Formats: sequence, structure tokens, C-alpha cells
Amino acid sequence: MNDAIRFEALGKRYGDFAALDGVSAGVPQGQVVGLLGHNGAGKSTLIKLILGLIRPSSGQLRVLGHAPWGAPALRARIGYLPENATFYANLSGRELLHYFARLKRADPRQVDALLERVGLAHAAERRVGTWSKGMRQRLGLAQALLGAPELVLLDEPTTGLDPQATRELYRIVGELRAGGHTVLICSHLLAELEPHIDGALILRQGRLLAAGSLAELDALAALPARVLLKPRDEAGALIARLGLRGLAATPRPDGRLAVEVARAEKLDALRELLADPAVADLDVRAPTLAQLYDHLGNRAPAVEEPA
Amino acid sequence: MNTILSIAWKEFRDDFRSRWTIAISVVFALLALGIAWFGSAAAGRVGFTSFDATLASLTTLGAFVIPLIGLLIAYDAIVGERNDGTLLLLLSYPLGRGQLVAGKFLGHCSALGVATLAGFGGAVAVMLAMQHDNLTGADLWNIARFIASAALLGASFVAIACLVSVGTTDKSRAAGLALIGWLASVVLFDLALLALLVVSGGNPLERTLYPYLLLLNPVDTFRLVNLSALGDGAGNDLLTGMTAGYAYPMALLVGMQLAWIALPFGWAMLAFRRKEI
Repeated sequence: MNDAIRFEALGKRYGDFAALDGVSAGVPQGQVVGLLGHNGAGKSTLIKLILGLIRPSSGQLRVLGHAPWGAPALRARIGYLPENATFYANLSGRELLHYFARLKRADPRQVDALLERVGLAHAAERRVGTWSKGMRQRLGLAQALLGAPELVLLDEPTTGLDPQATRELYRIVGELRAGGHTVLICSHLLAELEPHIDGALILRQGRLLAAGSLAELDALAALPARVLLKPRDEAGALIARLGLRGLAATPRPDGRLAVEVARAEKLDALRELLADPAVADLDVRAPTLAQLYDHLGNRAPAVEEPA
Repeated sequence: MNTILSIAWKEFRDDFRSRWTIAISVVFALLALGIAWFGSAAAGRVGFTSFDATLASLTTLGAFVIPLIGLLIAYDAIVGERNDGTLLLLLSYPLGRGQLVAGKFLGHCSALGVATLAGFGGAVAVMLAMQHDNLTGADLWNIARFIASAALLGASFVAIACLVSVGTTDKSRAAGLALIGWLASVVLFDLALLALLVVSGGNPLERTLYPYLLLLNPVDTFRLVNLSALGDGAGNDLLTGMTAGYAYPMALLVGMQLAWIALPFGWAMLAFRRKEI
């Protein structure tokens, strides 16, 4: 397989602390892949390794076919949006992008088109210090796209963005995918990311919990769906009835009942529940990243490249 | 090379926009004019005396002020970017670590150089205009040498500031270290040499060594460049008295000034290259 990023038994230690511990996986060329994990899972360490800012303690790492440590020229082919991107507040948006374009040896004529593309053309002349968080985040995206990089790394790109801007961001990610770029998006929000990615790498405490396409991950976890029921009146009868059917219902503080339904019987159970006159309303919740974590974390050793 | 110049140009423009360059120019000009007119007030006279006397006093004062300004303008060159969170972004660009340090150094040096030339040059122009004194060739040479050596002294401390900036992870710590560096080179070094001389009673070995020990400090080197040419006077008697018997070749002094730029700068580049961000 043609991988934009490929790492084998990659490790990074800081003293006794292993920020990354023997991680093996790949990011296929031309795909949008989520890099998921809680704080401290090793996401930032992996990003820094990919950018060649730190040296791997062990293992192999190839980014676009090269080892990134000590190879600054490679970074001309990578775009990077840091988490909480901050910029020189005293420059205007256009000046800033011109400066970055020179550093990246990219054509400065694309600056205006990029500002237009991320919806900042109207503010281009104003000092970045006066911009809102969301605007700065979009500027961060614009600079990551300078020079049409083959690989784009986005670290928590939607922090501070309103829903409209978040949609815009994922629209641009979609354009990048269509253009054959590889995109790696760091996040701890699986639900938000899910509709936009082809696959995911999931890290926990420096180890790879799982990697693969979304369908593979889903099947791997085989998590039960959670159904929230609003009883029409007294809940006791409904709970008893569900219990008879083998479904454990837990009352929630808001008066609703949470029912875990195994994947195989989800449709059957839903049909029954929909027909049940005691059910006033019903919500199906897809498994969250937290559940996936708990589930995968309880299993035996980290899984690599599930079939 | 292009990358270095891009970074240097940005730093230079930032210094200009943040009024650093203008503020330093004004400080230098006021210092020079103040000394020119009030430098001999202690002797009961007010008014312009001579370029020689003015330059001698200016050397003494410049030896205190220029290092401080060099440190102030550049101590946050790298650590400031780190604190603001822009360092990671900057290093994700296809530039070498050395290029970043070199660009920063060059930019701040240029800003300080321009301020030195504008400040002191402007002051000389004012003196000429108000004095109607004719400027001799020797005066011109002394003035040019003073301005050039002042710019080199500034560059030394910009380089030292870069080294401090690379080696620290926190802006306030960098500021503290820079101030300690200033105190050590401007005050403590001379005191230590003096103490050494007093305690040992000045045996022949030390008397031969002493002139070279002075070269181990960029500030003293700057003083020697100017004072060995200007001769006694204006509060420099101690220094000139101690080195009177020794004639420094100008090439050695200039070489030492350059070494005092190259050494901390090279060290800063190496230290930053090895650093993990």
C-alpha cells in the first residue's frame, strides 16, 4: 500500500516517560485520517515526530518517503495547523501569509486566493491581533495550505470555531481529499470527526489502541448502541417489560431510560420499541470515543491493522 | 540564504514598527549631545569642548548602555516565539534551525546598527551645525571608529542575547539571565580583574597577562578600541592607566570584537540545532 506516513515500532521517550511506545501504523496516501486520543495520549508527540521537530527514540518513521528528523526540506511538502494557533499580532493577515509564503518558498500570488478560500478576504488588511479566535484558526488553516502541500496535519482544527466555520473547515478538508492530498486530523471528538474521515488511528497513553477504516474500527469494537427512551407515564412497567426481553434499562436523572442494545439485535429491538405504546420518544446514540476507549482499553494488547 | 534574509527583514521591520529602532536612536543622540555639552560640567565649564573629549566620555557611557540595549532587543528572539506559541509553527516550515537564529540575529543587529548610526551620526551633525567647528580628518576617523565599534559591541550582545534566548524555556528567566550577563561583563569582570591585580600585587607575569585578560570581555575590548586612540581623560583614567604601557594592534582589537560576535552566535546556532522542541 502506498502510505504517506508509515511508522514501525515508533517510540519516543523523555527520560523514564514513554510518550510513544512502539507504535506501528500507516496513513494511506490521499485519505483523510483522524488521529484520536485524549490529552496525553501521544498525539502531539506523533505530530512533532512527523514534522521532524524531535528525534525518534526507537523505530522507523517515513513521511512521504523520507525520515523527517534533520530534513527541513521535507517540510515544504507538509502543511501544519498547530493547536491553538497563534500568530504575530502586529502583522496584518496578508503580511503574515506573505511572510510564511516566503519561508515556504511558495508563490506569494496565492495568498489572496487562500484568504478568499478561508473567508478572510475582508479582514486581510487588519492586524491579526484584533481578530477573533475563529478568524485566527482560519488563518492557521490558510497558512497550512500554502504551497499546496501533499500532506496536511491539522491539530484540533475546530477548537474555537462556531458551527458555521466548522462546516467550512470540513468542506475544505473535503476539497483537499478530492485533490488527492493526505490529511491527518488530530482530535478528541470522534463524533464530530466521524463523517469526514476515511479511517482513524487511536492512541492511548502512548500506545496504539486501534487503526483502520471507520467500518473496521466499528466492527472491531462492536459496541452496543445506546437507546434513550422517554416513558409515556410510569417507568416501572416499561423497565420490567424490557427486563423480560433481556434488555437492561437504567433510569437517568432526566427521567429517560438508557438501554444498551447489542448491534445484532438493534433493528429488531428498535421496531419493538417504536411499536410500544409506553414509549413517548426515542433517541439512538452512536458509540462515542469514550466508549470506544473504554471498550478497546479493556481488551488485551493493542491491535495493529485489523483485518 | 533567502530564508535568512526573509526572517531578518521581518525582525528588522518589527523593531522599527515597535519603535525600538527610533527609541534607541533618540537615546544615543541624547547621550551624545548631553555629554558634548555637559560632559565637562565637573570642571566648571558648560558647552562643547572637543570631539576627542566627547568621544572619550561617550565610550565610557556607551560601554554601559549599548550592551544593555543589545540584550534587551534580542533576549526574547527565540524564547519569545516559544512563549507566544509561534515557535512550533515557524519550525514546521522548511527552514533550518540555524537559519532561524541567523535571521533573528541579523535582523536585530541591523536594527541596532541603524540606530547606532542614526543616533550618534545625528548627534555629530547637530554638534557640527551648532559649533561651526571644522572637523579634522582625525576627528572624522575617531567618530567613524567609535560608531563602528559601538555597532560591533551591540552585535556581540545581540549574539549573547540569542544564546540566552535559545537556552531558556521561559521569557522571564531569559530576561534575568540577560541582566546577569550584563552585570557580569560591564561591572563584575573589571572588578574581578582589579581585585586580582590588587591581591597579587602585580607580579611581572600578571602585568604581561593583564592586557590580554581585558580582551576576554567585549566591553573592555570596545573601550580599548576607542580609548587607546583617544588617550586619557573623562573617567577612563583607570583603564588607560592600567594599560598605558601596552600598545594594542588595531587588528587584534577588531579581531577580538568580531570573535565576541562569532563565538556566542555560533554557540547559539549549535545549541538550537540540537534542541528538541
